[in-house]
Amino acid sequence: MSRAALLVLADGRFPAGGHAHSGGAEAAVRAGRITGAASLEDFCRGRLTTSGLVAASLAAAAALGVDPGELDAAADARTPAPALRAAARKLGRQLLRAARATWPCGELDALAARFPTGAHQPVALGVVARAAGLDARDAAHCAAYESVSGPASATVRLLSLDPFDATGVLARLAPDLDHVAGQAVRAARTAAHEGADALPACSAPLLEIGAELHAARPVRLFAS
Amino acid sequence: MHLDHAHPGPAAVGADARCPDGTRRALRIGLGGPVGSGKTATVAALCRALRTELSLAVVTNDIYTREDAEFLLRQAVLPPERITAVETGACPHTAIRDDISANLEAVEELEDTVGPLDLILVESGGDNLTATFSKGLVDAQIFVIDVAGGDDIPRKGGPGVTTADLLVVNKTDLAPYVGADLARMAFDARAQRGELPVVFQSLRGEPGAAEVADWVRRRAAAWTA
Repeated sequence: MSRAALLVLADGRFPAGGHAHSGGAEAAVRAGRITGAASLEDFCRGRLTTSGLVAASLAAAAALGVDPGELDAAADARTPAPALRAAARKLGRQLLRAARATWPCGELDALAARFPTGAHQPVALGVVARAAGLDARDAAHCAAYESVSGPASATVRLLSLDPFDATGVLARLAPDLDHVAGQAVRAARTAAHEGADALPACSAPLLEIGAELHAARPVRLFAS
Repeated sequence: MHLDHAHPGPAAVGADARCPDGTRRALRIGLGGPVGSGKTATVAALCRALRTELSLAVVTNDIYTREDAEFLLRQAVLPPERITAVETGACPHTAIRDDISANLEAVEELEDTVGPLDLILVESGGDNLTATFSKGLVDAQIFVIDVAGGDDIPRKGGPGVTTADLLVVNKTDLAPYVGADLARMAFDARAQRGELPVVFQSLRGEPGAAEVADWVRRRAAAWTA
C-alpha cells in the first residue's frame, strides 16, 4: 500500500462531490440536535458507529474483492431511506468519475459500465481504493473518516461554528474511528468467505428520517 | 457517463470533447458573476434568442434553493426537461471550479436524456469576483457584472473580470440613476482585458441580449466547424 495514495483519496478536496453533502448535519441542525461542538461530537459519534460502520465494512469488503453487485444490494438493504440511497448512488458515480481520471484502470471502467446510475458510494470507494493500490483497512478508514468529516465541515458553514472546535471534534473521535475501521475490516474478511450478510447492519433511524425531511425542503444549503 | 442506452463504451470522465460513441458533445458555456448582476435574466434571454436555431439546455447552480431553475421554468424559456439544478453545499465556486463532478453529471445527464444538444449553458450561483469556471467543465465563460454593483468593478479586476472570454456589463439603463460612468467602465475593462470582448447591455428593452447571443452563435459555429 501507498501511504501517500491514502492521503490523496482521503483528502476532503478530492473532487468527488462530497462538499455539497452534509451527511445529515443540516437536517440535525434544523431540528436542533446539533447546536455546537459538543452536540456535533455526539452526532458524529452516533453516525460513525452506525452508518459509518456499515459504510466502512462495505468499503473494506469491496477492497478485498467481494463482488460489487452483492455489496451494492447489501448497501440498499441497509439504507431504508430512498433519499439516502439516491444520494449514495449519486456520490458513488461522482467518486468513480474522479477516480477513473485519477487512477485509470479496467476495474473502474467495468464498475462504471455495470452501474450506469452509480453504485453506492462506499462500494465504489472500496473498488477505488484497490485501484489506488490501497488495502481494505485503508478503505475502511476512508469511509469511516468521511462519515464524520462531512458533517463537521458542513456544521462550520451551517452554524458558523469555530473551525478549530470542529477539527477538535474529529481529533477526539480518532480512537473511535480506528476502532470502527478495525471492526469493519474483520467483518469484511468474514463476508469474503460467508457473503455480504455477514456485514454489520446498524442503522440510525433519525438519520434516515432526517434525510427524507431534508429532501422535501425547498430551501437548503446541502444536497443531503 | 451514462451507459444505459445511447453510449456503448465506458463513459467520458472529464472535458473530453467527444462522447464515448465518437460524436462531438455539446458546447458548454459558463455564466458567472456576483449576486444579482443578471445572470439568470441573461440565460433566459439567450434561451429565447437561440432556442429555435440550437438544441440547448441549462444547468443552474443555486446556492440554497431551486430559485434560479424555477425562474427559468416559470418564464417557460425551455421545456422543463431541459433545465436542471445542481446543489452546491453553500459553496457555488467549489461546484464550478474545484469539484466539478456534480456539474459534469448534470451536463452529461442532459445530453443523454434530451440530447443530442448543441449548447449547454451552465449558470453559476451568485458569487464573488474571483469565481471562475474550470476548463474541465466549460469551453468558454461569460462573466456578468452590472452597473449598479459599482462602476469601479472593472478597475478592480479579479479573475472573472480579467480572464472571462466575454465580459457583460448589465443594466446599463440604470447607469444615470446610480451615477455609473459607462465610459470609465469600458476604459477600465479594456485596460484589464486587452483584446477580450466586453458587451454593455440592458435587458429592459431592445436589443436586449442580442449581442451576447451573437457571440454565443459564433462560439457554437466554431465548436462544430
